[in-house]
Amino acid sequence: MTFPDKIVDGDIRSIARGISIVESGGIESDNLLNELYNRNCSYIIGVTGPPGAGKSSLINLLIDEFKHHFRKIAILAVDPSSPFTGGALLGDRIRMQQHAMSESVFIRSMASRGHIGGISGATKDAIKIVSAAGYDLVIVETVGVGQSEIDIVKLSDTTVLILVPGYGDEIQVMKSGIMEIGEVFVVNKSDKSGSEKLATTVKWLLKENYRNKSYLPPVILSSVTNNTGIEDIVKAVLNHKNYIEKNGIDRDKIQERIKDDINILLERKINEFIQHHLKYPENIEKWVNLVISKKSTPYEIIREIKDNMILDIREDI
Amino acid sequence: MDKRIIKSEKEKWDKNTVGPFIQKTPERKNLKDSSNESIERLYSPLDHNEDDYITKSNFPGQYPYTRGVYPTMYRGRYWTMRQYAGFGTAEESNERYRYLLTQGQTGLSVAFDLPTQIGYDSDDPISEGEVGKVGVAIDSLDDMEILFKNIPLDKVSTSMTINSTAVILLAMYIAVAEKQGVSPDKITGTIQNDILKEYIARGTYIFPPKPSMRLITNIFEFCSKNCPRWNTISISGYHIREAGSSAIQEIAFTIADGIAYCKAAVNAGLDIDDFAGRLSFFFNSHNDLLEEVAKFRAARRMWAKIMKEEFKAKKSKSMKLRFHTQTAGSTLTAQQSDNNIIRVAIQTLAAVLGGTQSLHTNSRDEALALPSEDSVRIALRTQQIVAFESGVSNTIDPLAGSYYIESLTDRIEKGAFEYLEKIEKMGGVVAAIEAGFIQKEMQNSAYEYQMEIESNDKIIVGVNKFKIEEPPIKGLLKVDMSIQKKQCERLKKVKERRDNIKVDNILKKLEQEANGNINLMPTIIDAVKSYTTIGEISNILRKVFGEYKENIVL
Amino acid sequence: MDRKIRVLVAKPGLDGHDRGAKFIARALRNAGMEVIYTGIRQSPESIVETAIQEDVDVIGLSLLSGAHNILFPKVVTLLKEKNAGDIIVMGGGVIPVEDISYLKEKGIQAVFTPGTKIGEIVDFINEKVEKRNK
Repeated sequence: MTFPDKIVDGDIRSIARGISIVESGGIESDNLLNELYNRNCSYIIGVTGPPGAGKSSLINLLIDEFKHHFRKIAILAVDPSSPFTGGALLGDRIRMQQHAMSESVFIRSMASRGHIGGISGATKDAIKIVSAAGYDLVIVETVGVGQSEIDIVKLSDTTVLILVPGYGDEIQVMKSGIMEIGEVFVVNKSDKSGSEKLATTVKWLLKENYRNKSYLPPVILSSVTNNTGIEDIVKAVLNHKNYIEKNGIDRDKIQERIKDDINILLERKINEFIQHHLKYPENIEKWVNLVISKKSTPYEIIREIKDNMILDIREDI
Repeated sequence: MDKRIIKSEKEKWDKNTVGPFIQKTPERKNLKDSSNESIERLYSPLDHNEDDYITKSNFPGQYPYTRGVYPTMYRGRYWTMRQYAGFGTAEESNERYRYLLTQGQTGLSVAFDLPTQIGYDSDDPISEGEVGKVGVAIDSLDDMEILFKNIPLDKVSTSMTINSTAVILLAMYIAVAEKQGVSPDKITGTIQNDILKEYIARGTYIFPPKPSMRLITNIFEFCSKNCPRWNTISISGYHIREAGSSAIQEIAFTIADGIAYCKAAVNAGLDIDDFAGRLSFFFNSHNDLLEEVAKFRAARRMWAKIMKEEFKAKKSKSMKLRFHTQTAGSTLTAQQSDNNIIRVAIQTLAAVLGGTQSLHTNSRDEALALPSEDSVRIALRTQQIVAFESGVSNTIDPLAGSYYIESLTDRIEKGAFEYLEKIEKMGGVVAAIEAGFIQKEMQNSAYEYQMEIESNDKIIVGVNKFKIEEPPIKGLLKVDMSIQKKQCERLKKVKERRDNIKVDNILKKLEQEANGNINLMPTIIDAVKSYTTIGEISNILRKVFGEYKENIVL
Repeated sequence: MDRKIRVLVAKPGLDGHDRGAKFIARALRNAGMEVIYTGIRQSPESIVETAIQEDVDVIGLSLLSGAHNILFPKVVTLLKEKNAGDIIVMGGGVIPVEDISYLKEKGIQAVFTPGTKIGEIVDFINEKVEKRNK
């Protein structure tokens, strides 16, 4: 069996290896993703929310409930890499470790590796790997740093936003722009005071401001300590799934993602091409010195490069 | 003398005497205590106000007990020398206990293996490899009867390091005593029974906080009526310190736990003065002798204040912080392990100068294995030499009045009260544990400490300086690999011999009671008397109470 | 190509002393590695399954209860059964010198006892992983 076949066959070791390969990038990663592209399609749930909102603990409980609706579940949990050392402590998994021995659950911790936006650069490729391996549900847990987690919305079919009382009143909720992120809203730690009030506020804000007029996100109260609200979250996700399938939004999302893939590959190729033709590593210092010695400016340099480049490309052709 | 004069003289000394001197011979850098606070070059009357003597120190045996909980301290009776021991089967441990008693030890201290501590029988798959390792394996009353064979329970006081399953082991102890003809009101000793520090530092929890607190208050209530001489809890900072906390954190988090237990019991309808006198504490004695002495003094003063002012205790006994001490296991080194004897001696001095009620001294080889008999004897002798030869126990609280000790006592008290305030704001210690706050604070201290050793900023003799090549140590204690098999066979026989219908009925009754609000102690005593096992009882309680999930912070 | 070293720090058995494990986890992170920590009370089976799913290069086992002679070798055996014998296994904790040679025989590639410098562990991992990935 070839390596990609083993992944498709569901071999755990190969799936895990495959994710490492796409995390490392390069030609090996391109080849693998090429083999596995369009193999399978999973439903993708993004789970986001501030640190300490209890995302991992909630996913831990959701897994059991989702098992009734999906055959195989993969969880990709993203934690931040240290900007100084590049290392990372991947701590989400600890809270889901009770599923380590479950045959239908695959858990993978990923470091953000310098990527901002709440997920790692390789998360969407890791999704392709587990999709190809037949996981019909993929749950992506974001870093959870707050406002800039827009990437997850593009990536997922349903985004679940988890809030907790104590993080912010109404104004903070509005300010943070998170209203744009979620399709299912969860107020977790409902055993803590202030949760009811937060839920009411969020409901009101959604009613007034939500971008989509034909779908109003539900707001669900949950508690990991008391194991409540879990079924409701799953139901809400399935509802939303139903909604996007009925309205063809799922197809739009897929189109968007393919477009994104093409764009990224294109950008990378153009970048590589330019770097190669401009002999960037050798020239950059020269350019800087030209500017420092006041012989040129960045604008002049670019204009010159642009003119030369057009000549180069013509030659190439 | 006028403080202003002292102040101006000190300034002169700094400028004229110290200044030129350190220009030629500079001082060592980074002189800090365990809380990372810089230690001053010199302490003087400027750092200590003697006018507060009566309110802050007072005389021993008087509020706030800073100088000691008893009026004569060691001039009357030495501290109890109590070596924690237990390994392998009940027979082996029983032999060790009887040896220690003949060597002049004055109390027993039982170590249980991890399956016993976490409520699994020896034949549970999860117990694999752990049976009889860190302590003695107990499955049923049968083992407990062997453990205390020929040890008169009306004469010996016994301390049991047991927490999640404390209710079961105490029930067994009561049952064994009854079989010896000793009634519950005659037994003396302590169960650790401190679940909160298990969540914080030690890790042998089973149930979530709420039902765990219920079991603890069940014990408080039962013992206040039936075992008046039994210490129902040993609120432990020892493991918090071992996990890497500072001295301030050790007493702050321990006292925070103590407050939580008192609140739980008061909420359950108990009167503070009915149980507070049976609360005892358990602290660590670390290497920084002076800081440790100040820590013990600060802890006594804090507890007295809290009991009097916050809980409105009336009996003086309720306000007295009585504590057991163990020397710091984490300071023992595997390298040049005989050096550990000296470390333990210093830590012993700290505990005695700090006014401990009982003491366990660690053995030199504990960084390598469970202690051998020779090593345990040296550890006990260390206490005996401090007691009988050193002279430090001839007067009470001899370091009091030292400018440094007094100002450090104040500073530790202040730092610890600041933590208590923070914890209170978070909603109490359980909320602070669930939020990971306490663990995070401790881990940061632990990490800093370790990095100081890594960078040689902190010297550990024989580890990062004064190293030698040395051959492996001989004569370490080895726990027999076949012990699990032996223990399982014994368990099987017990299960064949007992009345299994009776066991089933009691377990059903226990399940019902656990679902309600009734005190579980009497039924658990009945259960152990019918040789129901620890695993069986714990599993029923797991079913009703659920299991605790740790909030791990990294 | 940017291949990061991934390490699983695991606590088998019932031992709850996690100060050392947590310190190692943090220190390896600061040495630029991606570290996953399992938490306490893990069975050898779940440690092995986790190591495979996380595609780690190294498993670091920490145990202070004395059950190492049984639990450490079991992890190695299970890895081999799962065709993952190439994952490097190292151990640490309260481990008597005389047990170290036994553990090495059973496939634990290094045993670090208290007092080991973190640099030594980092060097060991770097060296072993480089060899393994060649």
